[in-house]
Amino acid sequence: METVKLLKSGEFLVAETSPDDVFIPEEFNDEQRMIAQTCQDFLEAEVYPNMADLEKGDRELMKRILKKSGELGMMGISIPEEFGGFGQSFVSQMLVAETTGAGYSFSVAYMAHCGIGTLPIMYYGNKDQRERYVTKLATGELIGSYCLTEPGAGSDANSGKTNAKLSEDGKYYILNGQKMWITNAGFADTQVVFAKIDNDRVMSAFIVERNFTGVVVGNDEHKMGIRGSSTAQIYYNDVKVPVENLLGKRGEGFRIALSILHMGRLKLGANVVGAAKKAVTDSVKYANERKQFGVLISSFGAIKHKLASQVIRLFASESAVYRVSRDIDGMMETLKADCGDTGRASIEAISHYAVEAAILKVFGSEMLDFVADEAVQIHGGMGYSAEMDVERGYRDSRINRIFEGTNEINRLLVVDTAMKRAMKGEFDLFGKAEALFNDLDKITGGESSGESYFIEKSRYIQNFKKVIMICIHGAVKQFAKNLINEQEVLNNIADMMMETYVSESLLLRVTKLENLKEIKPVYRDILDVNVYDTAEIVRKSACDAIYSFASPETTTSLIKAIEALTTVRGVNVKDARRRIADKLIEDNRYGF
Amino acid sequence: MKILVCISNVPDTTTKIKLAEGNSTIDTAGIQWVINPWDELSLTRALELRDDAASGIKSVTVAHVGPASSEPVIRKALAIGADEAIRVNANSPDAYYVAAQLAEVIKKEQFDIILCGIESSDYNGSLVGGMISEFLGIPSASGVSGIKIENGTAVVTRDIDGGKEILEMPVPFVAVVQKGIAKEPKIAAMRGIMLARTKQIKVYEPSAVEPLTNISVLEKPAPRSACRFIDAENPGQLIDLLRNEAKVI
Ligand SMILES: Cc1cc2nc3c(=O)[nH]c(=O)nc-3n(C[C@H](O)[C@H](O)[C@H](O)COP(=O)(O)OP(=O)(O)OC[C@H]3O[C@@H](n4cnc5c(N)ncnc54)[C@H](O)[C@@H]3O)c2cc1C
Repeated sequence: METVKLLKSGEFLVAETSPDDVFIPEEFNDEQRMIAQTCQDFLEAEVYPNMADLEKGDRELMKRILKKSGELGMMGISIPEEFGGFGQSFVSQMLVAETTGAGYSFSVAYMAHCGIGTLPIMYYGNKDQRERYVTKLATGELIGSYCLTEPGAGSDANSGKTNAKLSEDGKYYILNGQKMWITNAGFADTQVVFAKIDNDRVMSAFIVERNFTGVVVGNDEHKMGIRGSSTAQIYYNDVKVPVENLLGKRGEGFRIALSILHMGRLKLGANVVGAAKKAVTDSVKYANERKQFGVLISSFGAIKHKLASQVIRLFASESAVYRVSRDIDGMMETLKADCGDTGRASIEAISHYAVEAAILKVFGSEMLDFVADEAVQIHGGMGYSAEMDVERGYRDSRINRIFEGTNEINRLLVVDTAMKRAMKGEFDLFGKAEALFNDLDKITGGESSGESYFIEKSRYIQNFKKVIMICIHGAVKQFAKNLINEQEVLNNIADMMMETYVSESLLLRVTKLENLKEIKPVYRDILDVNVYDTAEIVRKSACDAIYSFASPETTTSLIKAIEALTTVRGVNVKDARRRIADKLIEDNRYGF
Repeated sequence: MKILVCISNVPDTTTKIKLAEGNSTIDTAGIQWVINPWDELSLTRALELRDDAASGIKSVTVAHVGPASSEPVIRKALAIGADEAIRVNANSPDAYYVAAQLAEVIKKEQFDIILCGIESSDYNGSLVGGMISEFLGIPSASGVSGIKIENGTAVVTRDIDGGKEILEMPVPFVAVVQKGIAKEPKIAAMRGIMLARTKQIKVYEPSAVEPLTNISVLEKPAPRSACRFIDAENPGQLIDLLRNEAKVI
């Protein structure tokens, strides 16, 4: 791997990145494209034709389809070869997550298996556990699940009551408790269960087999969406779990649970890109067929506006997804050289990018909700018909804001984690923030005459970062340790961080595309509208935050600085969106 | 026995075709190339036969006439499971040229069963298979919708008007196949994709052959004009329109 400059998690706030240091989806090699094609072919051959039956709750069918994907090797992407997988890069793993993300409830079942169901054992298991379980999970011989949530412990995951006690002969942990909302519960052979041993303060993790005596799986929940996936409660009544099935060390469970969630969030960020591409393609196909007032509805400005807005958010989200993925691959390489174990190196690298993981999760799930909602709207009454994919897509999309940590929790994490990393000295956030804050009166937008298109855009992005730093410094100064209780302000900061990270990723992608001579004017249109919108979101969020924390004496100078830093060149958004929509309409599918 | 599957690469069936300047070729920018659907089915069936130990088929090779830029499609065939691949390094100006190049390859490498798709979804010429058999002086069967090996003998099923014709074929022979030869195209498994990386694509330089045809111009079908409805009670108006407006009677 060529050397690229690796940003630490959250460091984007204070650093400038070169387009050469990011990976963009246009750089996939032929092998990666073939891997994605296989996933796509699989959805078309096995999933879509069975969708109606899956939705009616045929769990045997879901299990069979999952196993078929295993036979094709789709479950071994993230697993090293020595444990029966294909040891693919994180970028390739994300590409698979993206492509299968268009598979509605199959995607949820498949991702739960390959991700949270399998990877805790791959990453934290010992050799014996990996050989006994991972080799079979990697081929679909076993189906996996992940059991963290309890009736009384959702967002506050460590508060669970499930308990484990060592048996007198020291051979077993006796497990008692109840888990809730467990994906694949109906048919999973293995469960990674989190429970506290004796009166421990933190949880431990166990590998439980479905057929251990005392494991009782409840009925499937009736859900708003992803109805093809099995979600149920699981009860543990004096279940004897062999001590060999303790995963990681005693008390390491919470760390395992959190690390795996970071991984889940990243993969979810890729999933929603795939789901959104499907929804945009469905939207434009319909708009290119449906006529009203004697013309195709795709010729109406209002519809073009929707189609283009879908594309812009999707394209931007995708740019961020692959940017982080490459960073993770880079970090993995470094760590692998240090610790020698691929599994541990992978999860360390993934957990390192916790800030970006939460960003992809929140931004991506909200992007998909927007895209899915507009897809319904473009279909008019037909969008409300249960016969249409967009109707299912709309219902299925909603879960993404809830699981893998709700978006509220993840917004808090975006800010909290970045600040903690900075406090640990991983990058200089507070020093820079303070300097800016103390020199508010000198702040300008920094416009210089004759700057090039990309230099100007980069200046805007750097300005948005300054806004974020000013707000962080102001809020910390005002609330000190109490900032944690000022969630509204933290949300404002999180929103700015997310929009800025995504816009910067988009800018880097478009710059790199032009460097690679793939000049298509429509990419600049996407960037223009996105940065113009981001400026507005950053301005509004910053103002909301400042009015919430600043004293009347400082408000005026703060707001003045924010206005200077968020002023961007005006864009003819109507024409830009029309050009974007026209390309989509011409292609009749999402092909950006 | 060895099978050769001839594959061509064609624009993905959902591609909106644009003509390049001069209107004698298509604009290839942004086109996603795929294995011709008939060839993909032939390959699928060939692999099924190879994987059935009783068939006596030992290997499946794919051959393609095209420039290096078409290698991803060959790689895909290897990923799906072909054992070997051959590429004749030339553009393919017409069916005669392609058939002549493939015939040369077959002479060198010796295959028992040669499978060609009945047509390719780009130019739909339906010519190459028949020409290969002519070049080599070996039998061919067209419209083949089934192929199996029974006690060492190849048996093909042809769709004919109102029924089926079942033929025993002496090897070597060319089968020009149509849909039905395999149920669904085989999906490349992850292992196959990883293995494809390690398989060589043998490249032959083309033999000196002159194409027999030359495309002077490509034209898109004229857009369909709007449909006019004439009241069933009013046949006179129909006659009038056909005579005076459409000028066809
Ligand atoms: C279909 C489905 C599949 C699932 N699959 C799995 C699975 O496979 N394994 C598994 O372990 N779990 C699974 N879950 C559980 C899921 O992760 C939880 O539902 C989620 O973490 C939220 O927990 P909760 O439902 O208890 O909501 P709560 O935690 O009760 O949250 C309610 C609301 O309060 C907000 N809130 C909570 N705490 C805070 C706070 N500190 N600050 C601000 N706001 C807060 C939340 O954001 C939310 O809006 C699944 C859930 C569903 C619906």
